[in-house]
Amino acid sequence: MCGIVGLLIRRPELRESLGELAVPMLDCMGDRGPDSAGLAVFDQQAGVAGLGFSLYWHDGVPDWDAVLEHHREAFGEIGDVTLDANGDNALLRSPAVASAVVGWLSDHWRCVDLLSVGQSIRLFKDKGHPREIAARYRFESLTGSHLVGHTRMATESMVSPAHAHPFTAGEDFCLVHNGSLSNPNSVRRRLQRRGIKFETDNDTEAGCRYLEWRMREGDSLEEAIESSFAELDGFFTFLMATAEKMVLVRDAFACKPAVVAETDDYVAVASEFRALAHLPGVAQADVYEPAPKVIHSWSVVEAGAPQTTAVVS
Amino acid sequence: MSDLMEFDLSRVSVRELNRYLHADLPGSGVDRVRISNPNGLHSLAVGLDCEVEIEIAGHAGYFIAGMNKLANVTVEGNVGWSVGENMMSGEVIVRGHASESAGASARGGLLVIDGNASSRCGISLKGGRVVVAGDVGHFSAFMAQAGTMVVCGNAGANLGDSLYEAVLYVGGAIDSLGADAREEPLEASDVELLKGLLGEAGVEANAENFRRVASSRSLYHWNSEAHQEY
Repeated sequence: MCGIVGLLIRRPELRESLGELAVPMLDCMGDRGPDSAGLAVFDQQAGVAGLGFSLYWHDGVPDWDAVLEHHREAFGEIGDVTLDANGDNALLRSPAVASAVVGWLSDHWRCVDLLSVGQSIRLFKDKGHPREIAARYRFESLTGSHLVGHTRMATESMVSPAHAHPFTAGEDFCLVHNGSLSNPNSVRRRLQRRGIKFETDNDTEAGCRYLEWRMREGDSLEEAIESSFAELDGFFTFLMATAEKMVLVRDAFACKPAVVAETDDYVAVASEFRALAHLPGVAQADVYEPAPKVIHSWSVVEAGAPQTTAVVS
Repeated sequence: MSDLMEFDLSRVSVRELNRYLHADLPGSGVDRVRISNPNGLHSLAVGLDCEVEIEIAGHAGYFIAGMNKLANVTVEGNVGWSVGENMMSGEVIVRGHASESAGASARGGLLVIDGNASSRCGISLKGGRVVVAGDVGHFSAFMAQAGTMVVCGNAGANLGDSLYEAVLYVGGAIDSLGADAREEPLEASDVELLKGLLGEAGVEANAENFRRVASSRSLYHWNSEAHQEY
């Protein structure tokens, strides 16, 4: 089954409450996906240098101080390097070149998985009931402009933190997926021939890397999705986020659910309406179900700007 | 005289509600039940088997009034998947929109949706009557065997695919007809039927302006020459 949730804040004052509003959404969708969960939150912080690297310590008791110390040894004094630890998860912010950090992690820190890279994204994922994971990483305290989350009921590959959603590829991009792809192996093989590396055998990772590859080739996310209708076979409701927007699409058969609730304050997405029922003002919200193959895209605007935009194509 | 019973689903569970509706309500003299704070919850008022007016005040979830018999259920909001699925008799009214598979396999009764219904509305209909004031999504009335579906707005792609003996009436545009579905002339008897059904459903539309869709019955028997091309 699986559940998806997404929340994009339109009224800047509500950015402080992003996590608080989203935790009941994730908890409720635990009914659709109790084995693992994850969440990617986007928080554009002006004036912060360097990229953020979301890390997950998968083996034993984390020693994040050692990671930070070793980063200093490996890269020298290159400016502000910070590490925000949150249990088994941490956000390393470093001005070093992304590929150098990725290489350093894989060479020296095998006990650490790299979950995401980007200016704005921070990604969490783990095994367990979504409610427990939300408590474990204190999701209620998250702030930012938007987030997407997922509750997983595994059907096609193993239950592990690495197989949980969201999946990421490139920088500041992630995808959560309710459904199943039927041609992930051929998609993966085609991308691997182009030198694209995979971390799991998960179908959603294939979809995520396909979309990110299209964007690197020059497509907008919307164009990449258009091309995926021909390339990705299977059932899907895809919810994606970049630093600038949140994007939702269902496949041609649209047998995987999604409900959107829009108000002046937020855009909320979930697999089922009951995950949105607690949101303030939802009784007056514009509530609708996305039609098949219609791409819904909602932009983030800077605080103080008049409104976000919704583009339907 | 009307004897009213109220349930607030922010205080009592769906299980307690349905237990009351099944075990305590019949013969109790209560003829109206009002359910507040449905908050998208699933399986409200399923399997009813007595005459009663049920009002659900807000948006509800999946399987609302499934297997309904005799009862009249009104939802003052939207519903999720499969409202009124396998309904036997009675009436289910949705004041908002309905998600997928509304009225699936309904054998009797009347399902009215004031807003739009999503895909697969009336799938495998087996004798029930469905009236949608707005649009229906793709693959509506798929394999519908008996009964009537009236769509006042537009119908999505593949309407009536693999249709048996159910008859469909569409007031707006039809994106495309499914395999074996065909448009047929609207006869005086159709207009009479539509007038009655629209009146019963409380939906305003000009009965003369509908198109009739029924099965061309070419898929009733296996055709080895068809090469899977229908």
